Amino acid sequence: MKITSVFAGAAVAALVAGAASAGTITVVSWGGAYTKSQVEAYHKPWMAKTGNKIISEDYNGGLSEVKSQVEAGNVTWDIVDVEMSDAVRGCDEGLLEPIDPSILPPAPDGTPATKDFIPGAITDCGVANIVWSTIYAYDTTKFKGDNAPKTIADFFDTKKFPGKRGMRKTPKANLEMALAADGVPADQIYKVLGTPEGVDRAFKVLDRIKNDVVWWEAGAQPPQLLADGEVAMTTAYNGRIFNAVAAEKKPFKIVWDAQIFDFDVWVIPKGAPNKDLAMDFLAFSTATKQLAAQASWISYGPARKSANKLIGTYHSDPSIDMKAQMPTAPENFKTAIQNDFEFWADHQDELNDRFNAWLAK
Amino acid sequence: MSDATGPIVTADGVPLKRKLAQAMFRSRARAFGLALPLLAFIIVAFIIPILTLLYRGVHDPRFAQFMPRTTAIIQKWDTKSPVTEEMAAALVADMVVARKERTIGQVATRVNRELPGTRSLFTSTARKAKKMKPPYLEALIKKDRKWGDNATWQAIKITAKTYTPAYLLQAVDLKYNADGSITRQPERYRIYLKLLIRTMRISLIVTLATLVLGYPVAYLLSTLPVRTSNMLLILVLLPFWTSLLVRTTSWIAILQSEGVLNNLFVLFGITTDQQRFSMIYNETGVLIAMTHILLPFMILPLYSVMKTIPPSYVRAAKSMGARPATAFWRVYFPQSVPGIGAGALLVFILAIGYYITPALVGGEDGQMISNMIDFHMRKSLNWNLAAALGAVLLVVVLFFFWLYDRLVGIDNMKLG
Repeated sequence: MKITSVFAGAAVAALVAGAASAGTITVVSWGGAYTKSQVEAYHKPWMAKTGNKIISEDYNGGLSEVKSQVEAGNVTWDIVDVEMSDAVRGCDEGLLEPIDPSILPPAPDGTPATKDFIPGAITDCGVANIVWSTIYAYDTTKFKGDNAPKTIADFFDTKKFPGKRGMRKTPKANLEMALAADGVPADQIYKVLGTPEGVDRAFKVLDRIKNDVVWWEAGAQPPQLLADGEVAMTTAYNGRIFNAVAAEKKPFKIVWDAQIFDFDVWVIPKGAPNKDLAMDFLAFSTATKQLAAQASWISYGPARKSANKLIGTYHSDPSIDMKAQMPTAPENFKTAIQNDFEFWADHQDELNDRFNAWLAK
Repeated sequence: MSDATGPIVTADGVPLKRKLAQAMFRSRARAFGLALPLLAFIIVAFIIPILTLLYRGVHDPRFAQFMPRTTAIIQKWDTKSPVTEEMAAALVADMVVARKERTIGQVATRVNRELPGTRSLFTSTARKAKKMKPPYLEALIKKDRKWGDNATWQAIKITAKTYTPAYLLQAVDLKYNADGSITRQPERYRIYLKLLIRTMRISLIVTLATLVLGYPVAYLLSTLPVRTSNMLLILVLLPFWTSLLVRTTSWIAILQSEGVLNNLFVLFGITTDQQRFSMIYNETGVLIAMTHILLPFMILPLYSVMKTIPPSYVRAAKSMGARPATAFWRVYFPQSVPGIGAGALLVFILAIGYYITPALVGGEDGQMISNMIDFHMRKSLNWNLAAALGAVLLVVVLFFFWLYDRLVGIDNMKLG
């Protein structure tokens, strides 16, 4: 059955495009519920349309694999889903292929892609697909009613809200949240963090909970830590918590105060073996229809304005309106902080060193 | 045939001495030829990578390669006097080229390591460089005030060195300054020396623990009848053949706060449900797991040495009036020292480079220096610093090797 359908798909593609034999590309993303949403919304329709095949691989972010592959001259990944700061940095270091925005299809109403994408979503070497957010979530069986945490300051208050905390093992997002908890307004965060006193201030807030922190690295870990009762609350990617609630009926709740939102970006490593196919996949997957379809699988906001209008309900439960689950929904967005990728590209070496030294203390 | 004083010759008239030398040479060449594949393999897979690694720790040509004019001029600058128009002009000229060839990002990343924030300064200035007109220094300062700051140019001067001690110094928490002086890193950035000391401490404790645990086991193995000792030897080897990951993760199952051991403690009232011991995700967990994993590396060399110690020596000592303790210390123990030396050196050197086990069960205070090397290889992409840290670790291992040779003597070691 499978062989026939692949074969039929290939035959259709050959007829439609008059193309030669079908190819295979390797698409690398963050795994779990997120990769699942991409497979449903991007991979399957693209394979059906073009007859090509996709090998899906998981990773934990960062540029190390891309750098090793490019430097060794043995690139096996065709297209990778990275954070914006890594896309900028990889482009700077010459690890990524430049992308011509003219390959991106216009919106259904004819608006050109460069106008349809949210400002900042298209860079020299990357095209954003979603807006995601770092939030914190708690277990509703542990904190109930009026006793539930509501603000970012509550996360750093283990007296009022006892229990272990989960945090990603990186200074990124943690320092911003620490400053927000200390009363720095959203639009001042990076200005304060740019000064040595601001960094000291952020680490002082982190000091308050240091002994209660369980550090995580992969995006699938925080919902697991919450479910196992290892932590009472944890920072997480909002889509992962949404998925645990919607698909697995876990008793978790997201606190949107001081959420830190960022783009996820498709990039193509320099010398990718199937560069042309990867470009084609990139253009296809960031089209309005695919981005809107992905939003019915996971609560990450599409990077195109036209796709945001088409967001519907959760794929398996029509009672969940996906619009309200997005980081960009008005009631979630009030105190949101936009991740400053320029700041992080400039300061991550310094802050990583400081963070590691702080951890080892 | 030949008289007694003349050289002995073979049937074809060649002196026997030369003939013998030829034959010896041929057999040596043949032996060398057999060893050649291994030698080539070691050179390609071991020596060359290590040399490349050491080289990367001191060699960083990025700036000099892509900004040649600036590199040439900045060498003459004394880091204290004001920035000159000549320096500014060279920088702008280099930036125009680097921007066109898309190499400015690599330059910016490099300088950013010395002075955080200069990455965006370089990339944004390079975007404007083509339109700048003399006087360039004014044009640069107009673009960003940081160009008037000597600190920016000092960072450039450090990075312009193709061969630089900066990474090696950073690996021991020192800072290389533009004027060539060396100072300690600010306290909040100091980490590597602390980790290096912790790595050595953990390795020493693990070595001692494996010795204390392994010595009696090896003694038992070597004195029991062959049939029983073989059975027991299988018990030593079985974990040895099991994957390192499996063994490490099973320690997690045993030691974690909801794990087997803590459950038993609670059951027997040694502790309460609220105050379970934290034995994993910290240094304790690393010590326990590493001692277990490295134990066979101690037992096996000890066993092979003890096996060769004739039991009659101890019996002889006893028959001449020595107490069991004296007989052990004066007769048995000295003969087992080569095994202790081999086992200890093996365990220590393996332990000092451990990183999977600390990464899995180390938490924060159980991280070792190899985990930082891993971090700089995979996360921060600062491969030069990773190489420098590797070089420091190599020096430490060689130092202990030398120390061992001085104290015990390398010839005294016996692996089997």
